[in-house]
Amino acid sequence: MMSPSARLITAVLALGGVWTFISRVPPSATTGGAPPPSPREGFSAPDFTLDLLGGGQLTLSDLRGKAVMVNLWASWCPPCRAEMPSIEKVYQAFQGQGLVVLGVNTTFQDSESDVAAFVEEFGLTFPLLLDREGGVSRRYQMRGLPSTFFIDRQGIIRTVVVGGPMSEAVIQSKVEELLRQGG
Amino acid sequence: MFPFLRLGPFLLQLPGLALLAGVWVGSSLADNEATRLKLKSGAISNLIFFALVAGIVGARLGYAVRYLSTYLANPLDLLALAPTTLSPRAGIVIGATVAVLIGRRKRLPLRPTLDALAPGLAAFLVGSGMANILSGDAFGSPTNVPWAIYLWDENRHPSQIYETLAALVIFVVEWKRPLGRPGAGVNFLLVAALSAAARVFLEAFRGDSLIWPGGFRAAQVIGLVVLAASWRLIQAWNQPGLRRQGSGQPRQEAEAH
Repeated sequence: MMSPSARLITAVLALGGVWTFISRVPPSATTGGAPPPSPREGFSAPDFTLDLLGGGQLTLSDLRGKAVMVNLWASWCPPCRAEMPSIEKVYQAFQGQGLVVLGVNTTFQDSESDVAAFVEEFGLTFPLLLDREGGVSRRYQMRGLPSTFFIDRQGIIRTVVVGGPMSEAVIQSKVEELLRQGG
Repeated sequence: MFPFLRLGPFLLQLPGLALLAGVWVGSSLADNEATRLKLKSGAISNLIFFALVAGIVGARLGYAVRYLSTYLANPLDLLALAPTTLSPRAGIVIGATVAVLIGRRKRLPLRPTLDALAPGLAAFLVGSGMANILSGDAFGSPTNVPWAIYLWDENRHPSQIYETLAALVIFVVEWKRPLGRPGAGVNFLLVAALSAAARVFLEAFRGDSLIWPGGFRAAQVIGLVVLAASWRLIQAWNQPGLRRQGSGQPRQEAEAH
């Protein structure tokens, strides 16, 4: 004869088993499938098209198949200045392996002349984009500068780093992680 | 969701602060419980402290090993304040190993030590739930229920709130020690069993579950196993004749009720 507590736990386990069975879902029902766009880890990176510093435009989704690092920055932001040389160094080291770095300047709270001077000062060679209206900053729910999004070849955000400066090892290890995931 | 608070040049990570608060409160409660169970003064808080430090260091080293050449070239970056460069699995393994080693070295009896940790663990689960509310992690699946919250571009189950409420219930239940027998290890097992039961039932509302073949949510399956194992151990450890086995120290009858 089962004790009342044994009966209770047996019932809980049976109920749990049934609940586990009926709450099965296909992988696509969670972020393991094709996640919707949202600026957080495990979701698709929200798409955007912005003007490039120096002319032309760039669309994020055109870079599908490449590992992408999106860095939101401003010329007046000290941690942005501190981490920029490391970003450039990692970009130089890994662009041949399929890394694209996009420096998205929050131009709505900066000035294009300061941006140009900043790029010159640090000798930046990766694409610099101008978020003049703040649309990308809003879409990426920017809460602090710098903010960096590491996006894999399928367009999924793998890591978000808010604040900085990021050390070179942090940037490089996150980039290596993206590149290891292959295409 | 309120993940960051800017204070001048500093960007405070509020989920991290909630976790720290959980550790602090949990550690204090565990120490009080240890005193009640007549364990060595300060032994449990020392155990928690060293296990945490070892866990954090281990998590960073575990991450660095995966990117060895990068960290060998920049060894000082091991000290970077970057939570994204931690390996949780390595941290848990190393932290738990250090806890076991310290426990043995200090001759802490297993079951009373587990019971001393029980209220601390329950408090930490509340802190962890609060951290998820602040960060938006552990988010729910899309839904149209009236109490849905708009998060990550969709109306979702407020799974973080469900889980925090469940953690609060577990904390209150543990506090009342319904199974009695403090020091027999069953209060710790009760926290484990209730947490597992909560995971089995609440995981169905999560939008970030790891899915195993057959569409089963991994956390639910593991939760069922932990629930069954915890209950089996509760039955075994709650035998009156075995009360002192593994406890290594006399206990006061009056505390049992």
